Amino acid sequence: MPIKNKRLSEEQYTHNFSEIHPPFENKEAALVEATRCLFCYDAPCIKGCPTRINIPKFIKQITTGNIQGSAHTIFISNIFGGGCSRVCPVEKLCEGNCVYNLLEEKPIEIARLQRWATDKIINNKTRVFERKPSIGKKVAIVGAGPAGLSCAHVLSREGVDVTVFEKESKGGGLMTFGIAAYKVTPEFCAAEVDFITSIGGIEIKYNSELGKNITLEELQKNYDAVYLGIGVGLANKLNIPGEELEGVVDAIKFIYDIRTNSLANIPVGNKVAVIGMGMTAIDAATQSKRLGADEVTMIYRRSESEKNCTQVELDIALLDGCKMQWLASPKEIIGENGKVKLLVCDVMKLGLPDHTGKPAPTPTGETIRLEVDMVIKATGQSPFVDLVNTYGLENIKGKISVKNKSQTNINGVYAGGDAVNGGKEVVDAVQAGKDGASAILSFLSDS
Amino acid sequence: MASLETNFLGIKSPNPYWLASAPPTDKKINVLRAFEAGWGGVVWKTLGSQVKNVSSRYSAINFHGGKVMGFNNIELISDRPLDINLKEIVEVIKEFPDRAMIVSLMADNNKQSWHELIKKVEDTGAHGIELNFGCPHGMTERGMGAAVGQDPEIAKMVVEWVMEAAHIPVITKLTPNVHSVVPTGKACVQAGTNALSLINTIQSVTGIDLDTLVPNPYVGGKSVFGGYCGPAVKPIALKFLATISQNEITNKVPVSGIGGISTWKDAAEFLLLGASSLQVCTAAMTHGFRIIEDLCEGLLSWMEEKGYNTIYDFIGKSVPTLTHWEDLDINYHHVANINQDKCIHCGLCYIACEDTSHQSISITQGNPYNTYSIKEEECVGCNLCQLICPVENCITMIEHRVAPEYLNWKEFQARGLPLNDH
Ligand SMILES: Cc1cc2nc3c(=O)[nH]c(=O)nc-3n(C[C@H](O)[C@H](O)[C@H](O)COP(=O)(O)OP(=O)(O)OC[C@H]3O[C@@H](n4cnc5c(N)ncnc54)[C@H](O)[C@@H]3O)c2cc1C
Ligand SMILES: Cc1cc2nc3c(=O)[nH]c(=O)nc-3n(C[C@H](O)[C@H](O)[C@H](O)COP(=O)(O)O)c2cc1C
Repeated sequence: MPIKNKRLSEEQYTHNFSEIHPPFENKEAALVEATRCLFCYDAPCIKGCPTRINIPKFIKQITTGNIQGSAHTIFISNIFGGGCSRVCPVEKLCEGNCVYNLLEEKPIEIARLQRWATDKIINNKTRVFERKPSIGKKVAIVGAGPAGLSCAHVLSREGVDVTVFEKESKGGGLMTFGIAAYKVTPEFCAAEVDFITSIGGIEIKYNSELGKNITLEELQKNYDAVYLGIGVGLANKLNIPGEELEGVVDAIKFIYDIRTNSLANIPVGNKVAVIGMGMTAIDAATQSKRLGADEVTMIYRRSESEKNCTQVELDIALLDGCKMQWLASPKEIIGENGKVKLLVCDVMKLGLPDHTGKPAPTPTGETIRLEVDMVIKATGQSPFVDLVNTYGLENIKGKISVKNKSQTNINGVYAGGDAVNGGKEVVDAVQAGKDGASAILSFLSDS
Repeated sequence: MASLETNFLGIKSPNPYWLASAPPTDKKINVLRAFEAGWGGVVWKTLGSQVKNVSSRYSAINFHGGKVMGFNNIELISDRPLDINLKEIVEVIKEFPDRAMIVSLMADNNKQSWHELIKKVEDTGAHGIELNFGCPHGMTERGMGAAVGQDPEIAKMVVEWVMEAAHIPVITKLTPNVHSVVPTGKACVQAGTNALSLINTIQSVTGIDLDTLVPNPYVGGKSVFGGYCGPAVKPIALKFLATISQNEITNKVPVSGIGGISTWKDAAEFLLLGASSLQVCTAAMTHGFRIIEDLCEGLLSWMEEKGYNTIYDFIGKSVPTLTHWEDLDINYHHVANINQDKCIHCGLCYIACEDTSHQSISITQGNPYNTYSIKEEECVGCNLCQLICPVENCITMIEHRVAPEYLNWKEFQARGLPLNDH
């Protein structure tokens, strides 16, 4: 059976894409968990959070019934605290550092508690922050993703008037268009953006694309400073024969479609190969399976110990029934009538560490052939090389170069998030937005 | 096989656990259920002139996720007709002749009322009487309860009236709402009481509803001071009990220990400080009569482990270890030690010591885990770090005597030894 949509019933789609990390059902459950927290000093969990949320404090505030204070503690460090509670790979961040791990006990469910503290506040758009009076400065931000909006919120709090230019018709960036559908709902993403902008002083101009209907020069001329939070683009090319065949798709595009269409409209193959072993690859694989693909195989050129995803993520894929093909590197895609039919991979072996520090895979000379009808490319995303070169922004292969965390080579132009780091997590982008905002604030007060 | 059998002034019970005078003992159905569950005896809910109660009646203190660390009530003595109570007492004794049946009394404040009440109770076949001199609310306004227990002269007078009429053992229950229970205890012993029991509840305000601004328990927009009991009061009860066990006049009579007993460990502690029977109220009210099972089993297995055959082998054993501060050995010294293999790096010991004690723990920053170690030369051995450490036996206190010989404060001063220099 070829690539097609409507493989499942409505109920099956709903079931397969229901939330993977459900919230606490009631206050008692949240309190039982919150009370377990030891309230560590100089807490390891905080050190695991790129935005340094004061976790013991917000959990303590849940136990004392000060929910609004708890939300404030979270949002003052991370305005995407609600989204992060759903999408952060906490097993390698805060929860991974929880001291209970050292007792071989379940770590505190920090993410779930964070969600408990923030959900109602976001939905009711409760006023958590008072914006300082306008200081008469204007900043343009490009990209309404986590980096851009986090920067916007800090600036607005400090009385700066912010205009955000976003090429899509919705805010949230990859939070809205990239994260697996079973982690965040589109409704939540929209509510989160509304909550962030509800502070006032932030205007988002949608369908405005830098390099298309706006230029950097215009922004520099009309604003006191510019922040670029444009993220990265589509998936890297495989650069192997057969890449142009029908049925070879880009993971980012595939997931974008899942996030913007009704699930039944998303076509998926019968036998799917996903190339890569990072978070995006996992999401592409699990969601293919959940859309009704019979067989999903993840292809990775190194072995399990070198994987880029966390064990928790890998387990999701394994539990979904995805197969893992370790030590295999795509060599060629063979088609029939212009459509994908076979994926040929080199069997690899590991050698000495390469420039990434991981053992370098080299072909053994053997190959394997997988019968597939769809190949999803998920081996990292390509930065917007052309765009950044057009404006003379110093960069490394498209990743914008910055000093002091966010300053580009152009005076008054700052950048952060995936656009700079090449693609990490939402929480890293949020911190980058904060760093950008503080750099811009000192730039504004100096000029 | 160790045995929990108890003989208190000739009143026998299969174990030392009696239910204290309170709602669990206020009617036949409860008491029968308690005896079926295995309780050794009951002190029947206080009888006197019938009263009327209000609604609501109870409030509580919760702590760090745990419910009812402390319990508070504004109930009075029995609000059921005296005749019914007496009839039910007879019936219960008949069904469970091997259990202790003590009846708590609070008569009107004259000799005749006491004599009449005692006669009626003795006619039921009850094994003993407990005089309620401790109820801290409602009754005091009428010159009864704590008002009697707070004034040694009045207490003595009432006990004398009682002793004129009583033929069965009399236990006088003391109120803790005094600076010291010893003066009243002494007066009651001198007036002839056969035994003492303590403590009754402690006057309290448990909290205020932050919406209505009315303290709890709430009674139509108002509240009153209540009587506090439950686990929170155990340390206070133990202290009062110890003072009774130390005093040469009060320690001549047996004592029934009450106040916050919830586990067999609490029970062992009351016995070690001189109680020879135990009374329980809140623990039963919060978990039901079934708690008697572990109260007995836990105590028995501890006794077997320690080689005690009966409770009489260890009653009062800890009393001599409570001394005066000025007799403590100043040359005794211990310092904290952190077992680095057990440490989970929570930093609680560090911040407590650094902010509030003696700055005796050093911190070495790590990512994500800091390392904490004791500065032995600074450590005064206060125990704070060990008390708050969440891991058992991670912080231990290790003896480092200053000098081998015993040295108390008086001697220390007499020798003109130096005080701390920083
Ligand atoms: C499939 C997938 C799954 C992921 N899963 C997780 C996860 O589970 N947990 C997690 O923490 N992270 C996850 N991430 C990573 C995370 O989404 C990103 O790190 C984060 O969104 C980066 O934020 P950003 O603001 O830098 O960029 P983006 O979120 O990419 O936002 C950039 C914004 O800029 C806009 N933009 C781009 N170019 C222009 C232009 N020229 N003009 C105007 N606007 C422009 C874009 O439309 C977008 O709105 C995932 C990423 C992918 C691709
Ligand atoms: C609701 C309630 C009613 C009580 N009524 C009486 C009473 O009528 N007579 C009495 O002597 N003590 C009464 N008490 C006090 C208990 O007998 C007991 O002394 C006190 O609760 C301490 O024990 P505990 O900590 O085990 O509860 C009452 C206690 C409670 C909680």
